[in-house]
Amino acid sequence: MSRSITYRDAINEAILQEMKRDERVFVYGIDVADHKRIFGSTRGLVETFGPERCFSTPLSEDALTGMALGAAVNGLRPILVHMRVDFMLLGMNQIANMISSFRYGSGGLVNVPLVIRAVIGRGWGQSYQHSKTMHASFAHIPGIKVVMPATPYDAKGMLISAIRDDNPVIFIEHRWLYDAYGEVPEEPYTEPLSQAKVLRSGKDITIVATSWMNVEAVKAAEVLSKAGISAEVIDARSISPFDETVIVDSVKKTGHCIVIDDDWIHCGFGAEVAARVSEQCFGNLKSPVERMGYAATPCPCARPLENLFYPNAVSLIKKIENKFDLEPIDLTGEDFYSYEKKFRGPF
Amino acid sequence: MSKIDRKELNLHLYKHLYLVRNAEEAIRKHYHEDEMKTPVHLSIGSEAISVGVCQAMQPQDQALATFRNHAVYLTKTGETDRFFAELYGKSTGVAKGKSGSMHLSAMDNGMICATAIVASGIPVAVGAALANKMQKNGKVVAVFFGDGATEEGVFWESLNIACLMKLPILFVCEDNELAVHAPNEVRKGYRSLTAIARQYRCHVFSDDTTDVEAIYHLTQEALYQMAETEMPCLIDLKYYRYLEHVGVNEDFNAGYRSRADYERWLKQDPVIIQREKLLSLGCSESEIRELERLIDGQIESSLAYAKSAPFPEPNQLHEDVYA
Repeated sequence: MSRSITYRDAINEAILQEMKRDERVFVYGIDVADHKRIFGSTRGLVETFGPERCFSTPLSEDALTGMALGAAVNGLRPILVHMRVDFMLLGMNQIANMISSFRYGSGGLVNVPLVIRAVIGRGWGQSYQHSKTMHASFAHIPGIKVVMPATPYDAKGMLISAIRDDNPVIFIEHRWLYDAYGEVPEEPYTEPLSQAKVLRSGKDITIVATSWMNVEAVKAAEVLSKAGISAEVIDARSISPFDETVIVDSVKKTGHCIVIDDDWIHCGFGAEVAARVSEQCFGNLKSPVERMGYAATPCPCARPLENLFYPNAVSLIKKIENKFDLEPIDLTGEDFYSYEKKFRGPF
Repeated sequence: MSKIDRKELNLHLYKHLYLVRNAEEAIRKHYHEDEMKTPVHLSIGSEAISVGVCQAMQPQDQALATFRNHAVYLTKTGETDRFFAELYGKSTGVAKGKSGSMHLSAMDNGMICATAIVASGIPVAVGAALANKMQKNGKVVAVFFGDGATEEGVFWESLNIACLMKLPILFVCEDNELAVHAPNEVRKGYRSLTAIARQYRCHVFSDDTTDVEAIYHLTQEALYQMAETEMPCLIDLKYYRYLEHVGVNEDFNAGYRSRADYERWLKQDPVIIQREKLLSLGCSESEIRELERLIDGQIESSLAYAKSAPFPEPNQLHEDVYA
């Protein structure tokens, strides 16, 4: 029987099931065991497994990141959690200099099975130190995997895969997705950490999205369909390793590609998608690959500026109207998402 | 301890000191040939610390070291084939030639890793100690770092977490009062590392001895107290770095330190005083020479083996990144 749960509960269930299955798995980080439980995602862990396997820590992100490496190479499977990816940057030395190169530096003898969960996402006037994403920066470094599921189904399946993977995996979760409902099997299952996924089929244009931008892209595709444009939405899901097969197959069919990335554009994931699509679909492309993402500024606090900073379904629709020379679509009566109107899904 | 036991212990310690010193002297001898294409940070002058601490621990206990890691590697493993091969960038090296001098490791011998970013191994050691504690395997972790590392924030983060979580970890500061070329006067806004560390819930020891036996016993005492009280320990051990920060040469002409300091420390050279101690304990000159000859032979053989070994195959570039 199908069952619908939230993205938050899907993450929680994945951890609970994996901690039950494998006693080497433990969860730690700033406030993972406090009353808020990382937006509810670490609920029940300390009660079920005790403070040895789920514990809050000092505010020492740098040391906490190094500890994950030490615990992993000594036989455990740590999950380190950051309430904001911005805080995780204090551990960047450990990620870029230590964790990513450890296996290579051991001559392939020592595996590094660890997961770093990082919550991303815009909030309510969070401004520029609580709103980054950083997946392209992490994915730039060989030796780590970077994934960012957009649906409850993928959140559970990919987190279980990440915990079972023998490599370091950075697992990026958008806060706005936490309330999204979707069908999630109760039993444990795995989803690949290296494949994009078609969220909505179409034939006229390929929209490649990351994280929350999938919600915007699916909404845009719904609106565009009323104007006769059939958009295919592909959730990139896995930033590193990045297998472009699904995207290339789609663009060969549609001839058009727009990337809407939950990050800055310059030197970003969109550029990687554009390059791969150009390399492999050169003869099929009917228009240049376009990229959308954050404005090239720090994220502003004031709502009117914040709204301009982020791409969304409306700006994506405008972009596609321009591409196809469409008459402006009447958007009155369309229900777009905002902080005040939580996205509940399903997709 | 009886005199015979003491003699055996000191012979054992001397063997390790001699191996470390002469493996590095061999590097000095051959470095100019430009076949060891890796920056070397030699341990010469500091050997008693690595040997004394590591030999006081159990073989299954673990260590993490810095870019100046040859001494820890050699005393934990006792082997030189993979050691020299790594310096020569050969496929028979510790990491198939991919790591070089600054990142020696031997997980099976308890040497977890060596890091070239100052202080970066310290939190890794804390995580390793946490895993040992959670798995109740009785292993202790020793993490070696220079005094410069205590200026990094992560050192204090790590010490705090280790004390808070009562982890079986030994913080070993190899204190030469230099960070690359900078003396304490331009680096420290406080009087004493050990005085601060004593405010943490850990045991603190310090010494300026170059006597490997003294460091061995100091470490045993530290390990005993750690086990008794379930608290970590910090040991600050002074030494004098004989050679330049990186490379195989002296640098007394550089102006930041004097030859007179070196000559004062040389009178207490850890290898020389240990050899003299062996004679005073009743070892014969010929017995010591035989031991030295065997080690010289090991080093010569390993050097030849490393030189003749093949470089890694091209496909090795992409191997070992992911499991």
